[in-house]
Amino acid sequence: MTALAIRGGHVVDPGGGIDAAKDILIKDGRVVEIAGPGKLKSANGADVLDATGLTVAPGLVDIHVHLREPGQGYKETIATGTAAAAAGGFTAVAAMPNTNPVNDSPDITRWMLAPERGAHIRVYPIGAATRGSKGEVLNDFAALKAAGAVAVTDDGHPILKDSVMRETLAAAARVGLSVIQHAEDTRMTQGASMNAGPAAFRLGLRGMPAEAESSLVERDIRLVTELRDARVHLHVAHASTAAAIAAVRQARRNGLRVTCEVAPHHFLLTDEHVAHYNTNAKMNPPLRSGADRDAMIEAILDGVVDAIATDHAPHATHEKEVEFENAPNGITGLETALGLCLRWLHREWKLPMGRVLSLLSAQPAALLGLKGRGTLTAGSFGDVVVFDPKAEWSYRVAETRSKSRNTPFDGWAMQGKVRWTISEGRVAYDSEANA
Amino acid sequence: MNSLTAAVLSVELDRMNSTAMTARRQLHLPPPPASTFPHQPGSLLSVQDLTLEEVSRILIRATALEHQDPLTRDRILAKRRVALLFYESSTRTRTSFELAAKGLGADTTLVSSLSSSIEKGETLKDTGLTLRALGAEAIILRHNSSGAPWLLEEATRLPVLNAGDGMHEHPTQALLDLRTIISHLRPGINHLEGNTLSGVCVTIVGDILHSRVARSNMLLLPRLGVQVVLCGPKELLPELAALTGPGISIERDLDAALRRSKVVMMLRIQAERLAGMQIDLEQYKASYQLTGQRLASFAPLALVMHPGPIIRGLELTAGVADGPQSVILEQVRHGVAIRMAVVERALKAGEREGCA
Repeated sequence: MTALAIRGGHVVDPGGGIDAAKDILIKDGRVVEIAGPGKLKSANGADVLDATGLTVAPGLVDIHVHLREPGQGYKETIATGTAAAAAGGFTAVAAMPNTNPVNDSPDITRWMLAPERGAHIRVYPIGAATRGSKGEVLNDFAALKAAGAVAVTDDGHPILKDSVMRETLAAAARVGLSVIQHAEDTRMTQGASMNAGPAAFRLGLRGMPAEAESSLVERDIRLVTELRDARVHLHVAHASTAAAIAAVRQARRNGLRVTCEVAPHHFLLTDEHVAHYNTNAKMNPPLRSGADRDAMIEAILDGVVDAIATDHAPHATHEKEVEFENAPNGITGLETALGLCLRWLHREWKLPMGRVLSLLSAQPAALLGLKGRGTLTAGSFGDVVVFDPKAEWSYRVAETRSKSRNTPFDGWAMQGKVRWTISEGRVAYDSEANA
Repeated sequence: MNSLTAAVLSVELDRMNSTAMTARRQLHLPPPPASTFPHQPGSLLSVQDLTLEEVSRILIRATALEHQDPLTRDRILAKRRVALLFYESSTRTRTSFELAAKGLGADTTLVSSLSSSIEKGETLKDTGLTLRALGAEAIILRHNSSGAPWLLEEATRLPVLNAGDGMHEHPTQALLDLRTIISHLRPGINHLEGNTLSGVCVTIVGDILHSRVARSNMLLLPRLGVQVVLCGPKELLPELAALTGPGISIERDLDAALRRSKVVMMLRIQAERLAGMQIDLEQYKASYQLTGQRLASFAPLALVMHPGPIIRGLELTAGVADGPQSVILEQVRHGVAIRMAVVERALKAGEREGCA
């Protein structure tokens, strides 16, 4: 029996409704007791972490990451990706299926979950919606779920055919899985490498129109409406346009189970950041206009956004050191999410700490039904992040735990430094231990 | 060029879907990225990298070098090494850069994508590093991808001269176009100011969307007071082109545009970049071809320019191309002088700073 006591910290657990000085006791991977300072009853013999002056919160949950295994271990492995996640305060990540081969079978899902992968924190595989993510033949969702998948998506290969998407939504609902859609009508984005607009024109790059995202979100919402089944859950991945957010907002007013996530780069950066052809500012969906970025901030502040997700998408340096049009889409994000959210959402834009943390833990966990994650109530997993909320620091990508370094945030000022990340009662990251 | 001051925006905070309770807030935003380009003072990646002072200096040097005795001129860069790296075909630009560099005494070598290891999959970065290892002191790059010169400069830290990148920029073309315009409209002037070409309207006609020549001219000429008018069909000239910078407007009617213009720049339809777009050529010609009759009716005194290659009978008639208003071959001639000045600048800019 292993026991870990976290003493002297200030607990912020939006899911459990706690915002107070508390001590926490974790035994055998679960939270067993949460009590006033010095009041833990059964902490005898437990290892102790002194969290004086620090914030103690549920471990962060990122429902949109690319861990690149199987098949692309030169970009990232489950071990390195989850090490980066732990350094960023995350204790659970949902891994997208655009691996090689695509995660469209229970075998691959189980392979990802095997102890040999060396995950530092909990990984939740997301299964491919269709065979090979080709958008034609549905996979066996019940089998994927039984193997451990928590949702289905074809991610970067959005499902364009109405009939296939309708079937996907209905079949996933029957087995209790969410459908995540990367909303991009790829017929409108051929050959494009950034957001359509004045910046793309000036840079001589072909642009992806905002409508490519919003029209597919609107189509998907129409399908959800037509299905008339309360179990159907559509989750809009990395919303980036004002129009897509407006569609989600309206769907919610209409009582539909439609949720969305926003990535830090979409509420912080605009297509002006592509200046000088920085391939670390290239991702899909692309950085959008200033008006779209403002809409993301507004939607986060007013509560339409259900989760912050990083879309952590590692790529090797040699893949990004090419002509902008030829560079792959994606940036890393696991190590910068908390620091950016606290620096901007909390400090600059005054979103209360509890709401910031909720967007990074309780809400995404609830959204995908990750039981026992995202909260510190007794009986939950012993997933905890302990951080110094006042610490200001600069992110240095040279020190990253990811295998890749493709971030636009190198050198950026961060707020809130992770001291420990605890995954099911084990220290998964310790800022003072040697990496 | 990029301001580091944090932008401020106001956001309507719509709480709980209530229209009654809205609060206006001022939000600080992360600043736009600071530019570290160009790394080399001799690089010419974009016309935006040049101050008017620098443009003036280039024009002055172009004239001086043009008039200098070739026997003394070729000592200026004697035995210095300049590489021409061409990923797209080119007649004018390649030849004039080569003649310019050789005219200053430099050794040049040409690497083109078909006849080099580029065909075998060597990246731009590795090709650039190889040229540097071979002793190249500057690289002149023509590339089919917008932004490639930034990548090459970052990788090699050599002075890079952008000889055309994708649909983005062609800065030496804009400089030689400027020299052509000045030589006719402001002869003798070589020190440029913000009003040097005030009151001059330059119309650029045709395939603006795919044109790097248009972009460089749109970004350079208004800084001298030029009113740039863009003219073409919607497919080849999106409305947002007018937002590229100050002093740019759109006029879809060629006759109306010509009536205002002292200069008209015709562009070729870039078939290689249309990416499946269908253009009805007969309709295009009816609306946008520069004919002798149009010119005589609406702009009998305007200069007719074209960056080449021209397609006779498409964007302009043979009669206009060969006619008295055409300065197309003068542009080519100015190209050699301008490129002598920018090649000299590429190899001497660092030295001058070092000595200062």
